[in-house]
Amino acid sequence: MVTATAPTPLETELRRLAGSVPDPELPVLSLEELGVLRAVHVEGPGRVRVELTPTYTGCPAVEAMSSDIERVLHDHGMEHVSVVRVLSPAWSTDDISAEGRRKLAEFGIAPPRPHSIDGPVALTLSVRCPHCGSTDTELLSRFSSTACKALRRCVSCREPFDHFKEL
Amino acid sequence: MTATVPAQAALALGDDALVLSHRLGEWAGHAPVLEEEVALANIALDLLGQARLLLSQVGDEDELAYLREERAFRNLQLVEQPNGDFAHTIARQLYFSTYQDLMYGELASGDGEFAPVAAKAVKEVDYHRDHAEQWTLRLGDGTEESHGRMQRACEALWRFTGEMFQPVPGVDLDWAGLEARWTASVTSVLGRATLTVPEGPRTGAWAAGAGRQGLHTEPFGRMLAEMQHLHRSHPGASW
Repeated sequence: MVTATAPTPLETELRRLAGSVPDPELPVLSLEELGVLRAVHVEGPGRVRVELTPTYTGCPAVEAMSSDIERVLHDHGMEHVSVVRVLSPAWSTDDISAEGRRKLAEFGIAPPRPHSIDGPVALTLSVRCPHCGSTDTELLSRFSSTACKALRRCVSCREPFDHFKEL
Repeated sequence: MTATVPAQAALALGDDALVLSHRLGEWAGHAPVLEEEVALANIALDLLGQARLLLSQVGDEDELAYLREERAFRNLQLVEQPNGDFAHTIARQLYFSTYQDLMYGELASGDGEFAPVAAKAVKEVDYHRDHAEQWTLRLGDGTEESHGRMQRACEALWRFTGEMFQPVPGVDLDWAGLEARWTASVTSVLGRATLTVPEGPRTGAWAAGAGRQGLHTEPFGRMLAEMQHLHRSHPGASW
């Protein structure tokens, strides 16, 4: 583990600002709650570097996230904002915060199930319907409106819903 | 990214992802059901993301994608094969996603230059492989018509599968082990799908090599013409 210096008050403040940017595709979640913000380093007066990790390699939202972060930090007096993409360690749905999961469910998207210590999530574990709470739900398609979601239907209330699939 | 990846290897793996992404994108507006249209487009998007990660480490991704001639591409001949009927697309997916999943899984657990990209990609490819396996089971163990089409598709693409295990210089893998695990996995899926593992040769008669050496099949030129014509017609255009 590389010894990192503790963040300065300015870095903490900039991280809070960058982290509060809403996800462009799931605006109920902030980038901090989504767990994609990796680091914020002030590199000099008015100069800041932000490390962002993509959820999926092809996620088209990364560019919008980057420009939103640039704008927010620019408005906060940072003249030079660079947002760099980092891959390692790879993002996992376990990086979504508890508050983020709660908001997803409230928004009508079943949150991802936590991974076991090792190995993939057993597909037999049920996904709860975000509308009526029933665990009697079925998979319609592993791929839904965005790369990160699967499409399911509740057998009890018959409503289709998105499930943030485990990654 | 800290370590730089070997350029020729990144080109080979990146071109596989780019070309298959384009082929899958051709299903947009033509898939048998809406869910499948969305699924194939999502898989294409994952592959495009992987291609961008890999190609951007070699050079300018747009130049590499849109301005190279056919012979400069290093993708497998398998991924450039036309979509055919839905069974052909699924057979191609089964062969390729199994290969990619096993390969990235091994690279991700190592500490080589490809480990970060592989660790990211393997989680996505797990879903692609699952998708292909589920469809192989449904089509193979479905109606007489779907079974027949799936069997023909598996046989038609079989001769492109040998090339996958030709070692790619710069990719540190147990290639013989990869081939053994691929064969075991595909044999198991086809068996459960009541399909017969093809018996024909796994490679064409060409001793000069195949996609990894820049030698491609006829449909690839036409695919590239379509993929590149807009960029070539309006160089540097933006909106």
